[in-house]
Amino acid sequence: MHVSRFWQTIETLAAWLLGILWAAPLIFAFWAAFHPPAYAVHFDLTAPLTLANFVEAWTTAPFARYFINTILYTTMTTALQFVLCTLAAYAFACYDWKGKDIVFSLILVQLMVMPDQLLVVNYQTMTTLGLVDSIPAIALPYIASAFGVFLLRQNFKQVPLALAEAARVEGAGPLKILMKVYVPLSKSVYLAYGLVSISWHWNNFLWPLVITNSVSTRPITVGLSIFGSPENGVNFAIVSAGTLMSVAPLLIAFLLFQRQFVQSFMRAGIK
Amino acid sequence: MNPRYARHVYGWLLFTPAAIFFILFTHYPIVRSCYLSFFANSRGGQPAPFVGLENYAYLVNDPIFWQALKNNLIYAFGTIPVTVSLAMLMAVWVNRQIAGRALVRAAYFTPTILPMIAIANIWLFFYTPGVGLFDHLLKGMGYTGRNWLGNPNTALPCLMVIAIWKDAGFFMIFYLAALQGLPKDVIEAGKIEGAGRFYFFRRVTFPLLMPTTVFVVFNALINTFRVIDHIFILTKGGPDNATELLLYYLFQTAFEFWDTAYAAVLTVVIMAILMTLALAQFKVLERRTHYQ
Repeated sequence: MHVSRFWQTIETLAAWLLGILWAAPLIFAFWAAFHPPAYAVHFDLTAPLTLANFVEAWTTAPFARYFINTILYTTMTTALQFVLCTLAAYAFACYDWKGKDIVFSLILVQLMVMPDQLLVVNYQTMTTLGLVDSIPAIALPYIASAFGVFLLRQNFKQVPLALAEAARVEGAGPLKILMKVYVPLSKSVYLAYGLVSISWHWNNFLWPLVITNSVSTRPITVGLSIFGSPENGVNFAIVSAGTLMSVAPLLIAFLLFQRQFVQSFMRAGIK
Repeated sequence: MNPRYARHVYGWLLFTPAAIFFILFTHYPIVRSCYLSFFANSRGGQPAPFVGLENYAYLVNDPIFWQALKNNLIYAFGTIPVTVSLAMLMAVWVNRQIAGRALVRAAYFTPTILPMIAIANIWLFFYTPGVGLFDHLLKGMGYTGRNWLGNPNTALPCLMVIAIWKDAGFFMIFYLAALQGLPKDVIEAGKIEGAGRFYFFRRVTFPLLMPTTVFVVFNALINTFRVIDHIFILTKGGPDNATELLLYYLFQTAFEFWDTAYAAVLTVVIMAILMTLALAQFKVLERRTHYQ
């Protein structure tokens, strides 16, 4: 197609302008976090840099504990998802069992209605199980994931049957075939699913808010919402510092592995 | 083991661990919510009395429910066209060899990976009356500031701006994937014919991106019934219910007013909406594949 040099330049400029606009809120948060509160809306390039806001945020709220809780919850969820979804996906992809089709369409339901919307009854269930305000309670509703089963099943189906057959001839049982043939050949899907799942759960808020009520279980998002709420009257420079601290692990991971992140989200979205 | 039964036994055994959790936290709560919606709240340890459709009658006459539904629709129809157009534009731009492409793409995509709570914290300061960034800029230009989040007319649009900012980059990647998968011969043909860039986009690229657009629009629509975290920080449903969205109203009913029966009714409504949307998406996609 014909593109004149003039329009190409205009488009590049527009793309950059939109990029700056899109980055602006984050850049602004960085500015506020690294400068004394007096400079929060006073953009003076000679303003003194400081880490005091981070120190203040870190000591005002139990961020260390929130981080540990988030890491525990996120790891637990993703690990259990891997196990349960792998086994289920293997059953759907490689075995022809009675009731398989009905069960599969029942799982489909979770793609429409997720545990997040079912929080009223799930809260009651957790009360019955005596798990309210515990880290497993945050994780359990998510570990059987329809999305994960679909993604892995799709991938297992593409593994050549001859490979599984060869392993069977050598005397490998079903689980051994799964671990030696299917899982190793699906590494990239596990990476994609892992990245999507970790960033989703790291950011998850509503269910953790409902099911936790103490410092020892609250993940970072819930802690941050308490820390940043206007009633607390913490000034913006410190809120910015706290906010940046809590997104830092994910943000750094993203900037380092940008390509993997983008590809994972792409892959996970296109089923 | 008798090989005739082996596949059934293995199939079920492998599926069972996941099945337990699917049933416990997805299927049981769906059925249970429907069941609870026909009962009043239990009082003083008494079993909850059956009230038939009484809770639903209350729903129909509940002005806050209608307000929340209306807000949800305004939110959806106000954000989705903008988000989707921007996503498409971003993808087209980033798909070309422009200087600093990786940086621009990162700028578009970064809001997507941040938690909504963190985003709300940052934007809260933009909207704060008097000292916030927006008021600061307005004052600099000689206008008076306003209470962005305290005014029923501007509160919901404030939330919508945030949703657009967060989601555009996310949907961009689906367009990017679609653009990279476009048939090369079509693009070559366009080049040879010397079609103008805009003309080519309108007549060739845009129609070819249609399946992606259907996918993105439905996902965005479903998201508006799912993502409410920013309301907790910015407005808590106020002022005067101006930012009350359905899922937030469900949260309030269940965990602030502790009205379990009515919360069950709202859960049923949200489920019905989400299922309708998902089925509609399925139908649209199915119909499209026939003439492609």
